[in-house]
Amino acid sequence: MTAAAPAIVTVHVLLFASYAEHLGTETIELTLSSPATVADVIAHLRRLPGGQLLPPKPLCARNLAHAGQDDSVSDGDEIAVLPPLAGG
Amino acid sequence: MAFLTRDPIELPPLLTGVQSPALGGVATFLGLVRNHHEGRSVLRLDYSAYGPMAEAECARIVAEAEERWPVAVALRHRIGALAIGDTAVAVVAASAHREAAFAACRYVIEEVKRRVPIWKREHYADGTTAWVDPTATLQHA
Repeated sequence: MTAAAPAIVTVHVLLFASYAEHLGTETIELTLSSPATVADVIAHLRRLPGGQLLPPKPLCARNLAHAGQDDSVSDGDEIAVLPPLAGG
Repeated sequence: MAFLTRDPIELPPLLTGVQSPALGGVATFLGLVRNHHEGRSVLRLDYSAYGPMAEAECARIVAEAEERWPVAVALRHRIGALAIGDTAVAVVAASAHREAAFAACRYVIEEVKRRVPIWKREHYADGTTAWVDPTATLQHA
């Protein structure tokens, strides 16, 4: 089988509220080997300075919709890591 | 449609927005900024959001309510700096009868709290601030 998918995926990570404070930034570009999941993104983030303050399985969104840890990520995806929601 | 606003939330335009001659009942819910949180005195708070997703999630919630019940729904959530007593969120659900209006209104506010990416930082009387974590009480239980 000849797979056309690239061997790596680059995702645009958004951090908010307390999580942005933990890592000292609101945006991070991550390059991961393909195939990759949301959990892989989180594992990568948790190795960055301040990243150990993220929970192992935080609430996440992929391209503006809630996503599970096992959801796959594609090249160019926007992955948001969401602290506990406090709207309302 | 914009569900998030930095301006004060006014109820009358929301009521006007769902008006129709067939309506018999309108249920409204207003969420206000409280002056206390877990025993601490709160002076004010700042709401922030993941804007594009918050708009998309609010649209999905309203569409779900309007599909599930025969209602017209209006929803606004304020972001930015809010004072005690300010309206942070407003839900209006209008229907021919009260049952659907109450049910849809309740559904929308519960789903907003559960799904919409909005955060708030409280400023306390002692000069400190903290991000509010509604799940913290459960974790400590």
